[in-house]
Amino acid sequence: MPETLIQKVLGRASGGQAEVGEIVVCEVDLTALIDIQFAHDRLADVVSVADPDRIMIVFDHAVPAPSIRDAESGRKARAFAAEHGIRKLFDLGQHGIVHQVLAEQGLARPGWVVACTDSHTCAAGAVGAAARGLGPAEVLQIVCTGRTWHQVPPTVHYALSGRKSPWVNGKDIFLHIAGRYGDATGHAVEFGGPGLAELPMADRRTIATQGAEIGADFTIFPADQHCLDYVTAAAPDAEPAPVRPDEDAEYAAVRGIELSGISPMVARPGTVIENAGPVGDLVGTRIDQAFIGSCANGQLADLEVAAEILKGQQVASGTRLIVTPASQRIYLEASRRGLLADLVEAGATVTNPTCGACFGYHMGTLAAGEVCITASTRNFKGRMGSTEAEVYMASPATVAASAIRGVISDVREVVG
Amino acid sequence: MNQVSGRAWVFGDGINTDDMYPGFAMRLPIEEAARHMFHASRPEWPQLVHPGDVVVAGRNFGLGSSRPVPLLFRELGVAALVAEQFNSLFFRNCINYGLPAATLPSATRLIREGETVLIDFTDGSLRVGETVHPIAPLPELLRAVLDAEGLLRQLELDGKLRPGKG
Ligand code: SF4
Repeated sequence: MPETLIQKVLGRASGGQAEVGEIVVCEVDLTALIDIQFAHDRLADVVSVADPDRIMIVFDHAVPAPSIRDAESGRKARAFAAEHGIRKLFDLGQHGIVHQVLAEQGLARPGWVVACTDSHTCAAGAVGAAARGLGPAEVLQIVCTGRTWHQVPPTVHYALSGRKSPWVNGKDIFLHIAGRYGDATGHAVEFGGPGLAELPMADRRTIATQGAEIGADFTIFPADQHCLDYVTAAAPDAEPAPVRPDEDAEYAAVRGIELSGISPMVARPGTVIENAGPVGDLVGTRIDQAFIGSCANGQLADLEVAAEILKGQQVASGTRLIVTPASQRIYLEASRRGLLADLVEAGATVTNPTCGACFGYHMGTLAAGEVCITASTRNFKGRMGSTEAEVYMASPATVAASAIRGVISDVREVVG
Repeated sequence: MNQVSGRAWVFGDGINTDDMYPGFAMRLPIEEAARHMFHASRPEWPQLVHPGDVVVAGRNFGLGSSRPVPLLFRELGVAALVAEQFNSLFFRNCINYGLPAATLPSATRLIREGETVLIDFTDGSLRVGETVHPIAPLPELLRAVLDAEGLLRQLELDGKLRPGKG
């Protein structure tokens, strides 16, 4: 039987065929543990780990520790790494948002099964991995056994064609899909088509990351040459192999997306599902805070575009712009290239790499009545602070342009 | 875990995990975090729910993060969840923390708030008043997890996890 991408990957990992609907038990190639998980996930009770070389520990959600409780989680994480001989430890100094670290270290690879207790683990689908968030109990089980199960989902295939317009980001492509086609609960979302060849990895990573927001089980891109080059650059000894779906695979739906037809998009507060439209619908909406960061849009390409728009400009008075590079590596590179100076000169607050503002935990929490436009992953009510704050979602370019005007703005008009 | 009976609380579509387990509550112990369930949509609910009650929701129940929401439900004594459609991560999470979860299309039309529902996971049925509805059967793998009252307990029995305090 011809297979979809997710069938291929899950089939390989489970040592057989993966029929849609079937539950398959798979070997997990990499499991990522995160700092806050050590607060009450009973990792300290683990007798032994299945394979310390297939586990990584990343400090990201609450760094540097904003509370005593978080400091204690950090202590437990370090103790766990020492006890079980885990060498892939990304402690402060080497830290970054887990999905970014996975990508830039080449720790997610085409055809791998990746697990992590963070719902945006689907980010690794950008390199053709079967990656998804799993609950803390299951991650504990994988740590102990090295295995997990997946129910092979039916797949929705998006066939991309054409080229994206200037200023259009993976975020806009995703919001177009979420706004128009709604949720993908219980499905895998697969990308392909001739338009993919020109779609940069940064955009693929944004799209794959956001798949969690439409409830997809997996979001996955084929490992084409572009992807293989990206993985090899990150991990020179990886020798990744291409992973592609069969041509006549069966899909639950096939939808064409003409990239040139997509313009800057904004999601309204609450959800992205059937709740996003062209920026023009919302231009002029007052904002208090603008945020660029997270595992979806804290990449170097995102900082570059923000700096390009903000260089020589000023953030509107009464508006604050927070920029969080997604990792130390990005922070360093953005610093070397002068991007951070451009952002700070424009009035942005550049923070340490962390999840912080994205999940309303620290650094950038919103007060009641405030309005934020964010390039992060999630716009749920209460996500970034008060349940009486409103969170709009857009690309880094739209967020940067909006910060300059103090109202939601069309970047094409701001840059001119 | 084979039979659960309780009074229903009915919620709508797209209830997400940030609503059920807000970010700020992640720095609180589970007992306290449970008091903030549904803070965005129905903040008074944790005071109203009684042990043994059942939570009913619409489509796409549990969209969002992997935070251990079922622990909060269990803390408040919720006996089971019923939804028209579950987010798959959330569904796995529930079973893994020993919280029975049943899928019933049209659940929010068939069950009114305050009604008593009787769910039988063995024969795959859900009774409201005099009417019996079939519910989607649980795969064997997940039944075993529920029978062990959750994955952590299962790992303990397998000698992979040192016995916990609670
Ligand atoms: S940046 Fe936001 S979405 Fe990404 S891992 Fe951190 S909290 Fe989750």
